[in-house]
Amino acid sequence: MFKYLGEKFISFIGYLGSIGVLFAQTLSLSFSPPLRKKNILGQMHKIGVDSLSLVSLVSIFTGMVLALQSAYQMQKIGARIYISSLVALSITRELGPVLTALVIAGRMGAAIAAELGTMKVTEQIDALQTLAVNPIKYLVVPRFLALITMLPILTIYADCIGILGGFIIGVGKLGIGHNLYMKMTFNTLNYKDVFTGLIKAFFFAIIIALISCREGLDTEEGAEGVGRATTRAVVFSFILIIAADCLFTTLFYFMFK
Amino acid sequence: MIEIINLSKSFDGKIVLDNLNLKINKGETTVIIGRSGCGKSVLLKLIIGLLKPDYGEIIVDGKDIVRLKGKELDSIRMKFGMLFQNYALFDSLTVRENVGFFFYEHGYMDKEEIEKRVKECLNLVGLPGIEDLYPAQLSGGMKKRVALARAISMRPEIILYDEPTTGLDPITADSINNLIVELRDKLKVTGIAVTHDMKSAFKIGDRIAMLYKGKIIASGTPEEIRKSDDPIVKQFILGESQGVIPLEEGGR
Repeated sequence: MFKYLGEKFISFIGYLGSIGVLFAQTLSLSFSPPLRKKNILGQMHKIGVDSLSLVSLVSIFTGMVLALQSAYQMQKIGARIYISSLVALSITRELGPVLTALVIAGRMGAAIAAELGTMKVTEQIDALQTLAVNPIKYLVVPRFLALITMLPILTIYADCIGILGGFIIGVGKLGIGHNLYMKMTFNTLNYKDVFTGLIKAFFFAIIIALISCREGLDTEEGAEGVGRATTRAVVFSFILIIAADCLFTTLFYFMFK
Repeated sequence: MIEIINLSKSFDGKIVLDNLNLKINKGETTVIIGRSGCGKSVLLKLIIGLLKPDYGEIIVDGKDIVRLKGKELDSIRMKFGMLFQNYALFDSLTVRENVGFFFYEHGYMDKEEIEKRVKECLNLVGLPGIEDLYPAQLSGGMKKRVALARAISMRPEIILYDEPTTGLDPITADSINNLIVELRDKLKVTGIAVTHDMKSAFKIGDRIAMLYKGKIIASGTPEEIRKSDDPIVKQFILGESQGVIPLEEGGR
């Protein structure tokens, strides 16, 4: 039992180490020319623009559900007008960044791991090296840069759509005046609420990029291996995003009292 | 010239190459024969530095490739072209982008020069005018030729062929063999091919070496190999399942 746990722990530390090495390599190569603008823009389009509809759907429903659920409690104590503040704060501080990161981890993390994994098992990554091209520079850096720029942008977008979802329910269903609703939203929101959400999004993007690329590049044993890499990329990203969220929320709670 | 000295490589405790020694002469094609899974592809990947050996040396033009890293390794890799067993073409890129990949990435040439070089390489492998197709639109034989065009695009001194004829029909396989011979004669490249296709080995090889249980057990001209008295070599080139090589071992 102890031996099993010990082995698991050591392999986990080894895994984190390999993620750290990839992070260092990616960072150092991100600032060295040539920057492949076409590759980066292509990835930004895939990650950002192509995810808009999915992020919109998830955010608008989250905003609506949040308004309805809080109405259930707030109406009892006659604090209905605070629904807008509650929706705005929960979305910008927590749900906007986390849900967007989970959506992108599911959509793009899986795609990245599957793509790099297939390239690995079909020897395309070896082929890159024989053509004197560094696979990390060519494959990981564009995905990394695209993720760390697009995830915060998507998060701002998700914040707006989420607040819109709350607005639809608050104004349309619960009968709060639309001016009052917006006023309560903006009165409550501080820069720091949006800003801490964006810091989270930035770190979630690093998590998704590193885990998916690591899993993709480490793929072995054909189609089954690609399947395994994809699953691991999504599962590990989810776990680390939630764990990092907990850490950051605690940190911000004490930092910005 | 390439000299391989005491090369050993094992995976998870399983010895694949065991103190292997081999010399490869300039301008010749050396064919390494052996059973599937005997470590032939591993040997090629070690020669081009995709894998690191447990110990041993691989001297290419006086430099030990095993000890090279980063830019130095890249610069020696530019002397090599490699034809992969499963083509390893980049599926998201067109034939033009695949064949000209090295130049698009490293920026040694402008667009027109790249276009000219891509045309020249595709002509050499007998596939002119397919620049705009994607790998998925090509047949197996065509993919092999495009992969070969990519391997020769940077005019390498040495080309590594990993099972060049595997998975091809006999006629296409023969055309690839002819191409390899042509490349040697026209471009004077040194070739290292690994294969278990004996017809191909005899056709393209100036020298043939047999890899068995991690060592080179025989090496010589095709004629010497054909006349070899070694029971293992004899059994292998005749392709008989009965004999000194056990069926299930895969030569390891």
